[in-house]
Amino acid sequence: MNESLQQELVKDLLVESYEGLDLFDRELLGIEQGQGGSDRLNIIFRVIHTIKGTAGCIGLGRIEKLAHSGENLMSLLRDGKLVATGEIVSALLSLSDALRGMLRVLESTGSESTVEHTDLLAQLERLQIAPSATPAPVVAKPTYGLFDDEDDLPAAAAAVAPIDEIHADAEYDAENEPAAAAHHETAPTAAVITASAPVVAAVAAPAASRAPVSEAPAADPSRSTASVADNAIRVDITQLDKVMNLVGELVLARNQIVSNTTVFDQAALTTAAQRLNIITTELQESVMKTRMQPIGNVWAKFPRVVRDVAKDLGKKVRLVMQGQTTELDRTIIEAIKDPLTHIVRNSIDHGIESPERRTAGGKADEGLLSLRAFHEGGQVIIEIMDDGNGIDLERVKAKAVSKNLITAEQAGRMTEREAINLIFLPGLSTAEKISNVSGRGVGMDVVKTNIEKIGGSIDLQTQCGQGTTLRIKIPLTLAIIPALIVTSGGARYAIPQVSLLELVRLEGATARTGIEKLCGAPVYRLRGNLLPLAFINEQLRTAPGLGRSIGDDDVINIVVLQADGRPFGMVVDEINDTEEIVVKPLGKQLKGISCFAGATIMGDGRVALILDVVGFAQHAHVVAETRERPVDVAKTSFVADCDKRQSLLLFNVGGKRRMAIPLALAARLEEFPLSQIEHTGDSEVVQYRGQIMPLIRVGNYITGGKVVEADPEKLSVVVYSENGRSVGFVVSSINDIVEEAFEVQRHASGRGLAGSAVVQGHVTDLLDVPALIRNATPSFYAVAA
Amino acid sequence: MSTANQYCTFYVDGLFFGVEVLRVQEVIRFQEMTPVPLASNVVSGLINLRGQIVTAIDLRRRLALADRDPAELPMNVVIRTDDGAVSLLVDQIGDVLEVDADNYERPPETLSGVARQLVLGVYKLKDNLLLILDTDQTVDLVEKTASATAKAA
Repeated sequence: MNESLQQELVKDLLVESYEGLDLFDRELLGIEQGQGGSDRLNIIFRVIHTIKGTAGCIGLGRIEKLAHSGENLMSLLRDGKLVATGEIVSALLSLSDALRGMLRVLESTGSESTVEHTDLLAQLERLQIAPSATPAPVVAKPTYGLFDDEDDLPAAAAAVAPIDEIHADAEYDAENEPAAAAHHETAPTAAVITASAPVVAAVAAPAASRAPVSEAPAADPSRSTASVADNAIRVDITQLDKVMNLVGELVLARNQIVSNTTVFDQAALTTAAQRLNIITTELQESVMKTRMQPIGNVWAKFPRVVRDVAKDLGKKVRLVMQGQTTELDRTIIEAIKDPLTHIVRNSIDHGIESPERRTAGGKADEGLLSLRAFHEGGQVIIEIMDDGNGIDLERVKAKAVSKNLITAEQAGRMTEREAINLIFLPGLSTAEKISNVSGRGVGMDVVKTNIEKIGGSIDLQTQCGQGTTLRIKIPLTLAIIPALIVTSGGARYAIPQVSLLELVRLEGATARTGIEKLCGAPVYRLRGNLLPLAFINEQLRTAPGLGRSIGDDDVINIVVLQADGRPFGMVVDEINDTEEIVVKPLGKQLKGISCFAGATIMGDGRVALILDVVGFAQHAHVVAETRERPVDVAKTSFVADCDKRQSLLLFNVGGKRRMAIPLALAARLEEFPLSQIEHTGDSEVVQYRGQIMPLIRVGNYITGGKVVEADPEKLSVVVYSENGRSVGFVVSSINDIVEEAFEVQRHASGRGLAGSAVVQGHVTDLLDVPALIRNATPSFYAVAA
Repeated sequence: MSTANQYCTFYVDGLFFGVEVLRVQEVIRFQEMTPVPLASNVVSGLINLRGQIVTAIDLRRRLALADRDPAELPMNVVIRTDDGAVSLLVDQIGDVLEVDADNYERPPETLSGVARQLVLGVYKLKDNLLLILDTDQTVDLVEKTASATAKAA
């Protein structure tokens, strides 16, 4: 057989088999749930049979052999000689995993895998004989040929004499695997079960995707992202016919226009233009349809994922799917595959409780996980609902505080919505212990990033004890998107409509007074809320920003956009119109510019840039770059940033020295009578909320000497807490809390100081809390860490 | 006749350059361009080449030469690269020349600056010198763009 033909055949085999095995899994699970008819059995039988036949045809002995032994088992099922028990289903699922593994090796290396799968073979054998205890009158079928399509072995023979048959097979393959058959009878059940336990690898470990060294059954079929099957697409032939027809009409329309260039006829040209318009629209729709795939294609593997994960975790989960036929662009389907799988796993791991806990809580012991997809307003909505335990937002907040993602004070002020958004921060996992399913803290932020990358958004609702609903909104396609065209600095820009919230136009007097400055940062009051503004000309350096003076005739156009869930206003010169634009990528010379997502060609043939709203917002600093830089309390205690107002706690030390710390760092303010102070070693401590809290006399520490406090009877203490441990700063008196924008003017002007600033017209020293704690009670961080 | 030694030639600020003829997709007249804010100043803009968006790189700026007189319109030499087409803006187009490999020489050591990185070698022609441009290096602005955006940010 010549080389290229062989490759061609292998490729066909791969495409066909991957598809087949997905179907196999699906049908098999249906059988396990007792919805099996002989139809399903026939389907799964046919799948394996086809793989066996094709593999045999192109000389892939091991795949053929494995498929063959599975086929034997299934033929017993089909003939009603065996009943599909959980064990049999598990074995057959491992068979499909094993076959997938072998196919993957074949795909990546070009040659057949050398793994023998003896355990699996043995198990498949054992399951065949289990029910019929009759010792075998040997009616072994000695060989089977390559073209043995009538392979339905006489069922009885297969039932009673499988071992001999496999031996026969072994002889048939003798030169390759002489020892293969040797282990059959002895293969221990335990090993078999290990082999069938699916390796539920974390989604976030994509490294394994390409080169499967061992063929441990990877339960995650999404791994085959780069697989040949994913580059092929099945298109309905009628759909193709339609496209062909339209192309034909397009040619006619072109001819009409071309002939018009010589003999100019206004009316004919208009007709032709109209026709062209209609044909183009239809063609666009038809071609798009060929790229459309039902979301069911992605969901198809979920029954398997749910079954495996639930089994792994000892939970009972029922999966309900609605709207499988909802269609999405192929590229989008690819993009949401992994995020969805992750969410489904998360829901089972975190959301749905164990059967015992569910019954205790008065719920059915079987958890419900429901997937729903539907169209809404030109977008596709996917909902993933579970009726599990919901998310304990307090725990999420506590976790975020302990990981220094937010401060305790921020946590206290958080709305429910903000707390929910914490889930999408990197490095946050609420799972108490890390299971191999989840808890590594690299999950939801990746999910969010991936979904936003394709112009989608994700939203989460949760009710403690009732369950969680995740709502994903995604566009139908990526290639052609509706966009708002704006003009600025003489150039046109396209803004994807998904990020657009509203348009605001300020005229005359409002234009002059509407935009206020907050420490130099322009803001606009939009229905009572401050909307940060970014002038596109200023940000892109195309023209000077809005001058200081705004005349009466001036008009200000604000495009209100949403980036990272936060609104901001983009001030542009002119708002033109909305248009459907074709997204084209930028060359690699321009990839470094985060403000642009691509370019498009406008009706007049000129190029316009497409703004990347999130990139632009980050460039203009109107949304925090939280994703890259979580707030680090120690580092950002004093930001000499004019734009940021900080709340400060002002206090006196040693009677007259004014000092301040960010209010966020003060957990509580307390007063302790001197009598409560106790000593451990040479440090002062008090009993505080069941803990021993060390006290630091700030005055002594700063001056290095002994400072007499104002009121010797009572101590004013600022309590600082971190990771559940507290430390108290003893100060002379607590004066005030102010919110002020200040500038650190003198840096590191003394021991334990972060610098000095003018606050309320007085020079105030800023205390460097982390340094102070480190020096005064070195054990504080050591124990906390 | 081999094409290996055929070069598409052009002038940039009085210098005579050549690009391997097989690397040239086409030569077109000046096209209207859309400038790209925040990009390196080497990038003149984007042109619409029959529906394909092509980045135009000003060779004068790329070679750190003096800017062109704004009244003079540059020509586009569209180069094939692994990452799609890129247009090089040049002053004037010359002929396609076939040169003799014997006249080839490595660039002299005295060549300094950006030109040192971008010129592969020199053909000594009868009347003048033909500088052979390394197109891959020329269209690779990664460092430049990165530093430009860093400055911008």
